[in-house]
This record gives sequence, structure tokens and C-alpha cells, in this order.
Amino acid sequence: MSDRRPVDPIAIDVGDLVQKTVASLYSHLITRPTGRAVRLAIEAQLADAGDQALSLIDLSEVTLLDFSCADEVVAKLLQRYQDHRRTDAYFVFRGVTEPHRDQIEVVLERQSLAAVAETGSGHFELLGSRSEEEGRLWQELEEVGRMSGPGNGQRGDDGRQGTLQRLVFRGLAYRSGAAGEVVALSRLVRHLG
Amino acid sequence: MKVVSVPGNLDQESLDQLLDEVAGLPDAPRFLLDARHLRWVDPNGMVGLLAAGAALRDREGILPRLELPESSDVAGYLARMGFFEEARGVFEVDGTVPRRRSGASDVLLEITSIEANQDVHQVVDRVQSRAGVILANKLGYPSTAVVQFSVILSEVCQNIVEHAEAPGWVAAQSYNWSRRLGRWVVVISVMDMGRGFRRSLGEEHAARYGNRWSDATALEAAFLHGLTRFPDSGRGQGIQQIRRQVRRWDGAISIRSGSARIAQVPGWDDRPPIQEGLASFPGTQISIILPAREDA
Repeated sequence: MSDRRPVDPIAIDVGDLVQKTVASLYSHLITRPTGRAVRLAIEAQLADAGDQALSLIDLSEVTLLDFSCADEVVAKLLQRYQDHRRTDAYFVFRGVTEPHRDQIEVVLERQSLAAVAETGSGHFELLGSRSEEEGRLWQELEEVGRMSGPGNGQRGDDGRQGTLQRLVFRGLAYRSGAAGEVVALSRLVRHLG
Repeated sequence: MKVVSVPGNLDQESLDQLLDEVAGLPDAPRFLLDARHLRWVDPNGMVGLLAAGAALRDREGILPRLELPESSDVAGYLARMGFFEEARGVFEVDGTVPRRRSGASDVLLEITSIEANQDVHQVVDRVQSRAGVILANKLGYPSTAVVQFSVILSEVCQNIVEHAEAPGWVAAQSYNWSRRLGRWVVVISVMDMGRGFRRSLGEEHAARYGNRWSDATALEAAFLHGLTRFPDSGRGQGIQQIRRQVRRWDGAISIRSGSARIAQVPGWDDRPPIQEGLASFPGTQISIILPAREDA
């Protein structure tokens, strides 16, 4: 995690994936096999991402999301990249509106995961499982956009730097460049239409 | 030929009577389910009647006969709910089957067989527009409730595909429970002829329970604690989340599997939360009752 090139975000439209790739007859993101197929399609798009990837997973066109699909498309997607750290993968979920929110929160909390979600136009929230300190510092980072982070090689086990390090480790914030600056994920995906 | 009388009112409560009787029948060359005196039937009753017929068919290897209701209203309602299409292959029907009228229907969800995930997609697609109107107009639920209702349907139908390893049926309809509750309700019924909770969970969990393992403990494990046969920690959420949503709407959910039933009982219902010692019936029967808001 030393000097890194700036991450180039990829936009993935899940509604489009459901319609075109997975279940062309159906418009809803329901049933576990559908969710699994969508997750595999997303993973295929990220396969050549290299050592780091930031993906904007767009749920705007998904009208219905059940718990089985949310588990596959959100929780298992995050889990797989946290378990296999060949790629530093960061995800932002766009278009998370009330009809999706409960399902996403439930599956994240069940797996002790958290995710950054755009819940309204330009409004980002941290969903799922997090400590009070993580929630507070993530919100602060979201407001200012970027912060000085722990230096390279620092473990940052306690205090504010430690919390910031945990946010990066959990894929909820991005550490950029040699200076170790930590950037809110929302700042890196805003330009994607 | 052994004759089984179908109760005059066939809903979740009286269905137990029918299933218990069918489960306890001695062998006979052929069975006849006599529904001539059927006067009222809800989705639990209709789907349960199919399950009773399927159980007898599977046991004896020959289609049981079904005597149609004398009431043309009831027979017509069964036709509108798609009962007779599903009854093919389950019953040999005595009498003239009423035609299913085409055009607009007052049915929330006709009896639909569930065998694969694509059936779950079809159920959810089909119910979207009708559910929105019924949930809003009859139950007074907010317009967003159609999403949660569809999620419930999706999860409960997936239970058949993933755990029963046998086909099943789903149906839903709204009723005015004026005498019983003084409110409208939506009744969802899902039944399968599969292996039930005890067998589905047994391989993974029975050893831990030792000789306490039974239909009732298997139901408690899945219903109360979210246990599933899959080692994946993301599994087992479906029933938990259905229970949570049903509770938010002050509804009731019960699951009968094998010889036991477990229920989440709201204040307006007086059924016990767990029943044991029922006659052992194949598969699983899930009933969900969603009442209108009191201010609706």
C-alpha cells in the first residue's frame, strides 16, 4: 500500500446487468441465483482491475431487491474482496432508496460489514455495522472530503488515526498517494453520471 | 373407496382437521375427498386441499377423486383462483369444472405452482399491480408497502425451492373478516410437499440437539434462531425478515411442518405459539395473515 496511482472508478449499472445479462425476462433483483449471477457479472467486470479498484454499483433502476439478492449483490460482494485482498477494492452503492435500504442494512449488519451508499442525489451515508467512532469520523471525512492519514507502514492501532486506518481497511475510505491522504469515496465517484 | 369429508369452512384452522384426517387414514384402494358441502374457502384451504390430494396420490400412487362443491359460487371462486388448473394431476374431479372467466380479476394471487426460481419471479411480477391497490385500499398500508409485500412473497416462495426439494403452491387473497376481526385481511398461503424442516435441517444440526431433535425443535431453530442447512452465514435471513415485517404490520405467521406448528401470534389472535403432536403431514405449510390498519 505504498505509492499508488490514483484510482479510476468504474460505474456498474445493476439494473442493466439484470436486464441484459442475467434474467432478461425479469426486472426485479430477487432470488439468490439471480443475485449470484449479478455478483459474478460484477466480479467479471472487476477481474482486470489490477491492485486497486473503485466501483460505483448503481441500483437506481432496481425497483425490487429481496434479502437473498441483497446478501449476494452487496454483502457477499464486499466480503469476497475483503477476504481475498489481491485487489484493494472499494465500493459505493448508488441509488439506494427506501425500497432497498432495509434489505441492504440487514444483510450488512448480519455479516458485520458496512458500505458507503448514495441515498439521495449527492447525499452519501454509511450503512451497516460500524462503531460510533467509525461512524463519526466517516461523517467528518464525508464533510471535508479528505484528511491526512496515517503514514505508510504505520499500524495506527488506536485513536483517531487508528479509526481512519480501520475505515480504509474496511474499504469505507480511500488512502491515496505517498502522503497517505485519506479521501472520502463520494469525492471519487461524484463525477460519474 | 374411503371417503374424506371436506369441512364446510376451509381456512387455516379447519384445514388442520382435514390434514390430520388425511395423515391418519388407513390404506385404501382409492380415496374420495367430498367437498360438496364446502361453503367458504380461503387460500390456506385451497392450497391445503391440493396438498391433501397430493399426499394421498403420493401414498397410493393413484389420483384421489374430488367431489366438487354444490355451491356454484364456491366452485366459481375456485375456478377464479386457478384451483382446477393446479388440480390436474392431483385429483380426478367428479362433475363439471366451471370455466375460468377471462378479463379483470378480483384475485390478488391465483394458486401458482412453485418449482424453480423463475416461478418466484413470475409470482412477484404478477402480483405487483394488484397488490399495490389492495394493500392501499383494503388494508390502508402506505404505497411503499407493495415492496415489502413482494419481498415477503419472494422469500417465502424461495423457501420451497431451496429447502423443500419438491414442488409447492402459493396463493393470496383479501377478505373482509368483519365477524372475526372487524377488519380486512390479506391471507397468503404457501405449501409444499417436500421434506419439511426437521429433515431439511437435520443433517447439519440434529446431532447438536441429540434426542431433543424433533419437528418442533427444528421449527424453533429456523423460525426463532434463523438456522439453516447451509453453513453460509448469509443464509437463514428470509424467515427472520418475514417475521419482522409481519410483526410491523401486526400480522400473524405460522408454519406447520411434520407434526408441529410454530407461530408468531399478534394480540388479536389466540392461537398458541407452538403446537406439537399434530398428525405428521408431508412438507411445510406457511400461513401469513396481514390485517388492515385499525384506522383504515
